[in-house]
Amino acid sequence: MTNPAQSNYHVHISAKHQLLKLNLKEVWRYRDLIYLFTKRNFVVSYKQTILGPAWIFLTPLFSSIVQAFVFGGIAGIATDGVPMLLFYLCSNAVWGFFSNCLTSNANTFTDNAYVFGKVYFPRLTTPISNMCSALIRFGIQMLLVLAFLLYFLIRGQVSPHWAAWLVIPLELAHLGILGMGCGIVVSSLTTKYRDLIVLVDFGVSAWMYLTPVVYPLSTLGEGWMKTALMINPVTMPVELMRYAILGKGTFHPGFYCLSWAITLVIAFVGIVIFNKVERTFMDTV
Amino acid sequence: MDKEQNREIAIRLSGVKKKYKLGQIGGATLSEELRSWWAKARGREDPNLPIGTDQRLIGQTFMALNGVDLTVYKGEALGIIGSNGAGKSTMLKLLCRVTAPTEGEIDLYGRIASMLEVGTGFNGEMTGRENIYMNGAILGMTKAEIDAKMEDIIAFSEVRDFIDTPTKRYSSGMFVKLAFSVAAHLDSEIMIMDEVLAVGDVRFQKKCLDRMRAAAKKEGRTVLYVSHNMNTIRQLCDRCIVMDKGRIVFEGDVEEAIAVYYGKGSSLQLLNNCEHTTREPIADGEVHIHTVQILDRESPVVYEGEDIKLKITFRAERDFPGLAFRTIFFTSASVPVGMAATAPQLDVREGENEAVFLFRLPQLAEGEYNGRVVLYEVNEYGAEIVHDVVNAAFAFQKAFQTSVNDTSKRWNQQYWGSVVFPNIQVLEG
Repeated sequence: MTNPAQSNYHVHISAKHQLLKLNLKEVWRYRDLIYLFTKRNFVVSYKQTILGPAWIFLTPLFSSIVQAFVFGGIAGIATDGVPMLLFYLCSNAVWGFFSNCLTSNANTFTDNAYVFGKVYFPRLTTPISNMCSALIRFGIQMLLVLAFLLYFLIRGQVSPHWAAWLVIPLELAHLGILGMGCGIVVSSLTTKYRDLIVLVDFGVSAWMYLTPVVYPLSTLGEGWMKTALMINPVTMPVELMRYAILGKGTFHPGFYCLSWAITLVIAFVGIVIFNKVERTFMDTV
Repeated sequence: MDKEQNREIAIRLSGVKKKYKLGQIGGATLSEELRSWWAKARGREDPNLPIGTDQRLIGQTFMALNGVDLTVYKGEALGIIGSNGAGKSTMLKLLCRVTAPTEGEIDLYGRIASMLEVGTGFNGEMTGRENIYMNGAILGMTKAEIDAKMEDIIAFSEVRDFIDTPTKRYSSGMFVKLAFSVAAHLDSEIMIMDEVLAVGDVRFQKKCLDRMRAAAKKEGRTVLYVSHNMNTIRQLCDRCIVMDKGRIVFEGDVEEAIAVYYGKGSSLQLLNNCEHTTREPIADGEVHIHTVQILDRESPVVYEGEDIKLKITFRAERDFPGLAFRTIFFTSASVPVGMAATAPQLDVREGENEAVFLFRLPQLAEGEYNGRVVLYEVNEYGAEIVHDVVNAAFAFQKAFQTSVNDTSKRWNQQYWGSVVFPNIQVLEG
């Protein structure tokens, strides 16, 4: 209490609300809470399980094997010359990061209604910690990808563009913001309309098939289908990541900029809605 | 006043209003909402409304807070009382920033520890220790601060042996003790509490009260405390506000505030008009009581050693040479405590009458009571004929004039009942 920084602490609450006020300084003061929320997300989901955190490896590995069998084996979709298992592992890690950001944030308000209704803390800490959890999951999955990459590198079956690896953090931010933005928009709407939650599960899996995840963009050739897919803001980051890590991917500067533009618009809308809902959602939820 | 102006302000509310919508707020799903909107746009009846719902109610609003101005100074323990729906909890919610005001400004100088409900954010899968970190962080502490306080928190909570056990295996009492400990050790300048003391056993409740008193008196923190328990308000607070219908109706001394609150409350009025209250079928109605009034006092708070003077006005249908009066005292939980009757009977003539009675109630323990008033007659065969009965005809609070810090005399009605017997004499030893 003798700390002057604390005694000068002042909050002003007024009926008017600012559209874009994010109060990042306050979020920073609660950084330990973000850390703890992130930790909780892991601790809670792997308590009382046999394999524990090993599931982070196992789930993408199993689904990649299945995809390699179904899409590569039965449907015969080419993977640009990249070893099939590696292609699916890498795609799943990238798409998994995006969809994690989206779905974990889609229920922010309704899932935490009880806590939110009793105590104040910057609400933005929950989406941020959800994004951190998604990032950690991605990191762990990348270890698996790297292990396979090393194996195929030694066998000379892949040639990554090492210089392009610099773009990976940027693309993670790109996908993270997009996923979080979509998630926040949905979560703000689900406080009032509960049935949107059902739509999210369906929407995300549909979105996955409309994104070159289980197939490379190059299989589509030229035409309206390819253009339609390129408008999808997730396409470019996914392709760019594969270009860096696996050495194969399509890059189009125009559609890349469009993807960023869509991302920023969604993030903006998300923040505005979040700020509005945050203040009074307890009265409607 | 000079003294007050020099004091530092901790909380200031000016013109704060909070509006809630009455009736159904929209449809539950987006499609229902769209259907309702489409029907309204065409001037049809809303298909999603329950049949018979009053259309006027839709869109009506309710002011939970209707213009609240309040200044709380640093180091002050402020009690907030008022009947249900007066706006107490809404005000605390606004201060805790759980929801935003519709109008007005709030300034908070200092960090706020809210204890609207203890144990918020506890996760059953996590151990007690992990939950302390979690809960502390939710309440705004940093990890380093929690580490520094960890030992104190565990010691206060009395659950040291189970601190590394998942909290889902805790008993509800342990859970609450741990949660309160975290909140109580928060390094905040302002503590906001809404009836959190209704938890834990009696001994732990006392420990919590002492802890909060220490926070206010010794550490100079500001405490806002909402309770329906006047005893804890008396023990903890040095200033008190009374809220009614979303406004502050009294601000000042605790005892005065309690008196105002009881004056405002529907059950505790000095004058009770019982002209139209429903009577027990046992009463034959030959006598009808109009009013029951407690005389000679400003509030229905009766201190130790004081008497109650009661005036009743009634109409008699005929002459009663020997009308008797008795009153049965009940606790607020409707448990009968005792009975007092008139020794000589009244001689009543036909028509309007009034009578004044004096009660001495030295044995009554502190607490809220109400009296059932009975006018009856004993006939020549010794049978009792009841002429009029009014339940809860008057109500009052019995209070001891003890100093704020003296808890030894605090009566524990739940365990000790409502009668104080004379002190025990020690004959030997």
